[in-house]
Amino acid sequence: MKFSEQWLREWVSPAVDTEQLAARLTMAGLEVDAIDPVAGVFSGVVVAEIVATEPHPDAEKLQVCRVNNGAEEVQIVCGAANARPGIKIPLATLGAVLPGDFKIKKAKLRGVESFGMLCAEQELGLAEKSDGLMELPADAPLGEDIRRYLKLDDTVIELGLTPNRADCLSVRGIAREAAVLSGLAFEDAAIAPYSPAIGEELPIRVMAADDCPRYVGRIIRNVDVSKPSPLWLQEKLRRCGLRSIDAVVDVTNFILLELGQPMHAFDLDKIQGGIVVRQAVSGESLALLDGQTIELREDSLLIADEKQPLALAGITGGELSSVTDASQHLFLEAAFFAPDKIAGRARSYGLHTDSSHRFERGVDYELPQRAIERATALIIEICGGEAGPVSCVEAQMPAREPIMLREKRIKKLLGMAIASDEVESILRGLGMAVSAVDEGWSVIAPSWRFDISIEVDLLEELARVYGYNRLPVTPIHDSLTIQAAPESRRGMPQLRQQLVARGYQEAITYSFIDPAMHQAMAEGEEGVELLNPISADMSIMRTSLLPGLIKTAMHNAKRQQARIRLFESGLRFVKSDTGLKQVPTLAALLTGRREPESWSESGYLVDFYDLKADLESLLSVSAGTISFTAAKYAALHPGQTADIYCDGKRIGRIGALHPSLQAKWDFVNPVYLFELDQQPLLERKVPVFAELSRYPEVRRDLALIVDRQLAADEVLQVVRKSAGEYLNDLKLFDIYQGKGIDPERKSLALGLTFRHSSRTLNEEEVSQSVDAVVQTLKEAFGASLRN
Amino acid sequence: MENLEGLAAEAAAKISAATDAQALDQVRVEYLGKKGHITALLKGLGSLSAEERPAAGAEINRVKEALSDQISESKQRLDQAAVDARLEAEKIDVTLSGRGQHAGGLHPVTRTIERISAFFGGIGFDVVEGPEIEDDYHNFEALNIPAHHPARAMHDTFYVDESTVLRTHTSPVQVRVMETSEPPMKLICPGRVYRCDSDLTHTPMFHQVEGLLISEDASFADLKGMLESFLRSFFEKELSVRFRPSYFPFTEPSAEVDIQCVMCGGEGCRVCSHTGWIEILGCGMVHPSVFAASNIDTERFTGFAFGLGVERLAMLRYGVNDLRLFFENDLRFLAQFK
Repeated sequence: MKFSEQWLREWVSPAVDTEQLAARLTMAGLEVDAIDPVAGVFSGVVVAEIVATEPHPDAEKLQVCRVNNGAEEVQIVCGAANARPGIKIPLATLGAVLPGDFKIKKAKLRGVESFGMLCAEQELGLAEKSDGLMELPADAPLGEDIRRYLKLDDTVIELGLTPNRADCLSVRGIAREAAVLSGLAFEDAAIAPYSPAIGEELPIRVMAADDCPRYVGRIIRNVDVSKPSPLWLQEKLRRCGLRSIDAVVDVTNFILLELGQPMHAFDLDKIQGGIVVRQAVSGESLALLDGQTIELREDSLLIADEKQPLALAGITGGELSSVTDASQHLFLEAAFFAPDKIAGRARSYGLHTDSSHRFERGVDYELPQRAIERATALIIEICGGEAGPVSCVEAQMPAREPIMLREKRIKKLLGMAIASDEVESILRGLGMAVSAVDEGWSVIAPSWRFDISIEVDLLEELARVYGYNRLPVTPIHDSLTIQAAPESRRGMPQLRQQLVARGYQEAITYSFIDPAMHQAMAEGEEGVELLNPISADMSIMRTSLLPGLIKTAMHNAKRQQARIRLFESGLRFVKSDTGLKQVPTLAALLTGRREPESWSESGYLVDFYDLKADLESLLSVSAGTISFTAAKYAALHPGQTADIYCDGKRIGRIGALHPSLQAKWDFVNPVYLFELDQQPLLERKVPVFAELSRYPEVRRDLALIVDRQLAADEVLQVVRKSAGEYLNDLKLFDIYQGKGIDPERKSLALGLTFRHSSRTLNEEEVSQSVDAVVQTLKEAFGASLRN
Repeated sequence: MENLEGLAAEAAAKISAATDAQALDQVRVEYLGKKGHITALLKGLGSLSAEERPAAGAEINRVKEALSDQISESKQRLDQAAVDARLEAEKIDVTLSGRGQHAGGLHPVTRTIERISAFFGGIGFDVVEGPEIEDDYHNFEALNIPAHHPARAMHDTFYVDESTVLRTHTSPVQVRVMETSEPPMKLICPGRVYRCDSDLTHTPMFHQVEGLLISEDASFADLKGMLESFLRSFFEKELSVRFRPSYFPFTEPSAEVDIQCVMCGGEGCRVCSHTGWIEILGCGMVHPSVFAASNIDTERFTGFAFGLGVERLAMLRYGVNDLRLFFENDLRFLAQFK
């Protein structure tokens, strides 16, 4: 909402400057977004009249004007097309300074002397753009300073209003606030009723009384719509951001801005029979003022005549019945439409108007009669004509039930008591009816407030007007109840920190990804699509965190970063038979050198086992039993990929990006990725002490020849099972394939450490265990000892 | 016995001349060994008379001990020299960088969320997370934002279907907690939120931390006190804080909180649009309709809620001048937040 400060001050004028006024409004919840002067900084511009013009002898587009500045006639050379004898215009006299510190001096234009400059609106900072000289009314006093004449020492204040404060979408509403905030009395505009000159009324039928509890209209005959609006009216509209259209529209807009009542004027001759306020019938359509035709839905409230729709109630008028220069007779409408019935309708048609904006939020239902009287007076003043009586069809107005405001509740919620007389004066200043009762007050909200229905609404009003910053501040205080933190849980912060310590950088990528990326990495998991994505490449919710990390790696690889270590944590979104799953997930990506390039590193690239070590460091204290099994995914290297299991349940995967995708996405080096559910990472083992043995350990190393394809983990599992209870530690310390060994087989070197907790193991016991291991491996895998 | 003095002088010269432990040992063997010259003299004592023997023996032993001392001194000196030489040979350039991984870093958004969580965790708030694809009820209805409420226009919502949205704030997590547990409660809900808006100052995804406290005596004064403490702790500055009336459907009274501009100290600059103030968060007392939706007794309990924009806090804290950098994940940007 933009308004002119002068206009506000016509209503109520607190004795503070613009800045202070703005601060007062902002601190009461009417946030001032901008304060702008209504005109540029200039001086020395006066009202003048062009007395005569003649063509410039040497320039086709210039005219030489004789101009009366109120004191004398001066010669001005002017290039404006509308410069002609008889019009009054702003004249920048010699010595004048125009916006941009532009000084007006005597000049010669193509050999002809010019003693000043005739001005367009743009040159005075009154408009962004203008076409020709600014033409002033015929009665503008010659020689008068234009700033004084147009009252240009004014500012435009723009409010960013919250949706609950529709009552401040008018000068009247803002004035009421300014008054109560300044301790001044608010006086509503005095509006004298017009005595009807004709007796004619248009029949009005309201068939949707719930939607339109009040419909007020009147006929005005014999108007001259071709007459321009007076300057004061045009200026008021301009300063509030509205363009002058014609006198009738200007008057209805003026009422909208001044009182907050949206109005509409119809061409009476286009209305057949009378006004019918009704719901639309399916199949109906309406041509709007902006030229488009909309198909009406049955939930839409219409202003129609006996034959057809005329307007979308409370939103916009129709083309057919609109007032034009040629209109002679008007039907003027001011109505109250119930906010909850009108809400969302405009948006559903892709429309948003000053009218719908107000009706959706609530317009004072006691306003239509007053508004129509004020509009009638203005239209007749400007356009002439005779008006009939005001017709009014009414049903049930919104309820304004008494609200109980308890004194103790003020203290409880605001943390302080407010004196009774202050409570009453604040609420009365806002237009509430207040009566003292036991334990507090009974309050009735005024007709213009749609946001006051319960006690806490009143508390907010009190707090707001009293001043939030005058309310007390209590230091943090609390009972010292400490939440138990189970040791078996660890948080993501700890896991993130662990990855950071291992050289990973955290990324945060968008949850919506490119469908092509999704397709490449989803492995058949179905993603959730957005109905209204911001763009096509951000239209599907990720089923995996890997596309985001890959995209991040690509972005950085393009910027000469060859060594990339990334991780991200967050939800992935997977459609399943049992509904949508939103799974907290952790993922990481590794590519490039193993260590940062330096004097001491060898230039080795990372491989699968580098990433696996980092993953294992996270999983090392997990409560569950973790295992890895070779797996295949379309997007990953078929020979370098594993599924990750926790207690037999698949929790994620780790592997190398498929070489074809690596090439497709321009990665120079192999890329390694893991992704797993957070849940198993967050449950950790709580340590249990085991007695330290004072007896020596015995180590035996075995070199075993097994099938080349055999997974080492299978061998280790068998060893653990078959080595007996004294096996204390087991290491796989070498793998050999090559010379001296069958090409289809490999050698595994195992280190078995045995120890007893309460005695020294004898040679025989250890040998028995080792023999058992060898025997079992032979049976299970055909393993043999290497010679 | 002149021979003894000559031998002693000769041995002493050889000891001094020995440059390593081996040479020194040869000297020892030559004079003090079983067949050494001094040992031979001792053996020859038997040929002397009983009267001469003690004096001569004492004299030979004196020389023997002196030589022995000299040898051991010399040995110590030579050992030390050997150690010194080795240490000198092992000298390295200690200014070279160490070997292995360099530390990575957290994303500044996570870092900021962790700082916020640390503050509120310290005063007993639980940290709760929840779904990001949310139903209309939890995102809007339960928060007193019915279908055609004008406040819905304040949220540019991403839709998955007619009744399912990407959450526009983390408040639905609070609703879920209110539905399933009994007050009193204190919690913060950090996480991703989504709005269908993308330009210089908006990204379609960003982060919020929303807080909720419900007790039998929570007041607006407590809310003010807590947020003032938080903001001063977050920015580590005794900055001015002001509360401005505003509107949110789920709180009443509602407030926007401004802090004195951290860039210019309130003098007025580009960041604060020359007002000296920066809008930093929204808050208010929980609206009775929100309590009612979760069956919380509005007479017995009062509560307050607040919502922080994480990126905004991070930008102000670290001086980041472009919101979009947070989601480009350029390592040159991220590495600045180690």
